[in-house]
Amino acid sequence: MSEFDQLYREVILDHYKNPRGHGLLDTPDAQAEGQNPLCGDEVTVSLRFDGETIADVGFEGRGCAISQAATSMLTELVVGRSADEVARMPKEELLEEIGIPLTPVRLKCAILGLGVLKVALHKSKGTPLPDEWTQGDDLTIA
Amino acid sequence: MAVTATTGLDVQRIRADFPYLEELLNGKPVAFLDSAASTQKPRQVLDAMRDFYEHRYANVHRGVYRLAERATEGYEGAREKVRAFLNAPSRREVVFTRSATEAINLVAYAWGLDNLGPGDVVVITELEHHSNFVPWQFVANRTGASFRHIPIDDAGELQLDSLDEIAASGKVKVVANNLVSNSLGTINPVERLAAWAHEQGAIMVVDAAQAAPHRPIDVQALGCDFLAISSHKLCGPSGVGALWGKAELLEKMSPFNLGGEMIRSVALDRTSWNELPYKFEAGTPAIAEAYGFGAAIDYLSEIGLDAIERHEHELAAYALGRLAELDWVRVFGPPVERRAGIVSFDVEGIHPHDVAQILDWEGVAVRAGHHCTQPLMARLGVSATTRASFYLYTIPEEIDRLVDGLHKVKAQLG
Repeated sequence: MSEFDQLYREVILDHYKNPRGHGLLDTPDAQAEGQNPLCGDEVTVSLRFDGETIADVGFEGRGCAISQAATSMLTELVVGRSADEVARMPKEELLEEIGIPLTPVRLKCAILGLGVLKVALHKSKGTPLPDEWTQGDDLTIA
Repeated sequence: MAVTATTGLDVQRIRADFPYLEELLNGKPVAFLDSAASTQKPRQVLDAMRDFYEHRYANVHRGVYRLAERATEGYEGAREKVRAFLNAPSRREVVFTRSATEAINLVAYAWGLDNLGPGDVVVITELEHHSNFVPWQFVANRTGASFRHIPIDDAGELQLDSLDEIAASGKVKVVANNLVSNSLGTINPVERLAAWAHEQGAIMVVDAAQAAPHRPIDVQALGCDFLAISSHKLCGPSGVGALWGKAELLEKMSPFNLGGEMIRSVALDRTSWNELPYKFEAGTPAIAEAYGFGAAIDYLSEIGLDAIERHEHELAAYALGRLAELDWVRVFGPPVERRAGIVSFDVEGIHPHDVAQILDWEGVAVRAGHHCTQPLMARLGVSATTRASFYLYTIPEEIDRLVDGLHKVKAQLG
C-alpha cells in the first residue's frame, strides 16, 4: 500500500468529501468551537439533547482532510449515546475508527473535533473538560 | 538552467557544503523548500563550532587564563562580524540575544514599558510575524497606549495612505515592521516608514529576521532605530540572534534580563549596570552559537549577499511563472519586483496540510500553516497557506519537483 493510501484511505476521503453531520443545528442545546493553533484547523460543533442523550450533532469547519473527516466520523460515533459517556470517551476509540497511523502533528488534527465536542458537553452538562483543553486559555468557547 | 550563469552563484558547489542536500529519501534527494522557517547549515559553520568547542571553549569575559581569553576573542569577534554585516556604527550597539524574537521583546519591554502610555500609539502592520506583533500588542495593553496597524492591499503590500489617519489618532511613539514578510515575501518600504516614524517623533523597529539572510542590510541606510536578526535563518545555529540599537537609546533603557554579566557592581542596597552591550546580556550567553553565527556571516559574505539576492529573485520569478501554469493554484503576495524568495499559495479546495503531506511523499519539503501571521491569514481569508521558500542552495529543478508534486496533489485529493 502506498503512503497515500495508508493515510488517505478510502473511508477518510469519503468522509472528507461527503461529511456526515455537516452544518450547524438551528436550535442547538450546546455549541463550542476550537482551533488547532499549529495549522489553523477550525471546527465548530453543535449538539441537541434528548434528556441526557445526544440526539443530534452538526459541525462546521475548515481544515485538512484528517481533521474534517475525523469530525465527520465522530458525529456517527456519538449520536444516541449519553453525554456523560461521550465526555469520558477515550480518544483511542475515535482513532481506532479512523484506523490510520498518525504522526504527532496529524494526531492533533484528528482529535480536534472530539475536544470541541467535549467542551460543548462541558458547557451544557458540566462534564469534565478534556485534558488537552483544561489549560486552554487559547480555547474559544462560543 | 541559466540561474548559475546569470547570477554568478556556483550553486552546485554551494550545495556540496550542505550535508542534508546530499541525503536520499526513498532514493531521491529532498527538495528543501522551507528555508524561511530555518536554513540548513554548511559544513564550514559546523566545523567552526566544533573547532571552537574542542580548542577554544571556556566561559567569556571572566577567566584570566589563556583559554578564556581565546573564547572571549571568538565571542567578541562574532559581535564584530554582526556589526559589519549590518553596517552598524559601533560594536557597543550589537546585543546578542537568544533569537530575533527575544531581540524584539527586549525593545518592547525595556523601551516600551518606560516610554508608552495613554494617548500614545504603537503602529505595526497587518503582515507582521507574531514575534513583531504580540510583544507590541501586549506592551500597548499594559501601558494604555493604542495599538494600530497599517493595512495591506490585496497583493500583500502596505497601504501607506493610511498613515495620515493613524498619525491623527494620537502620538505615534513606535513603528514596527518586518523588512521582508515571512509569509508573503513582500519587501516592505522600511526606509519610508522610518522617515515617517521620525517625523512623528517615534522610534522605528525593524524585524529583519527574514531579510538579513537574503540581501545586504545597512542599518544606517534604512534609518531605523532598532533591528533584529536571527542566526538560524542565515545558515547559523539556532539559539542565538542579535539586536542592533542606537547607542543613545540603549543607554537610556532599563535592562531586560537581570543577573550576572550585566552588572558593574552589586551591593546589598544597590546595583549599577554594565556598559553597552553587556547591560543587555545577563547570564552566560550562547557562546559557541554566537561564534557559529559569525562563521555563517563569513560564509554568506564570501559568497556575497548581492549574488544571493539575485539568485533568489530569479528563483522567485521562475516559481511564479511555473505556478501561473496551474489555474487551480492561487498565489498570494506582490509582483516579483517587490518579493523575496518566498511564495505562498492556496491549492483550490485542498487544505495546505494535505498539500504539504503529499508533497512530502514526493520528497518536497514545504511549510503549511499560518506561518505565525494569523492577522494576515484573516486578511487573506484563509486559515493557512502552503509556502515554498528558497535560499542560496535552491535550484530550479526543485521548483519543478514542487510543481510536479502539486499535480499529484490535485489528482489525488482534488
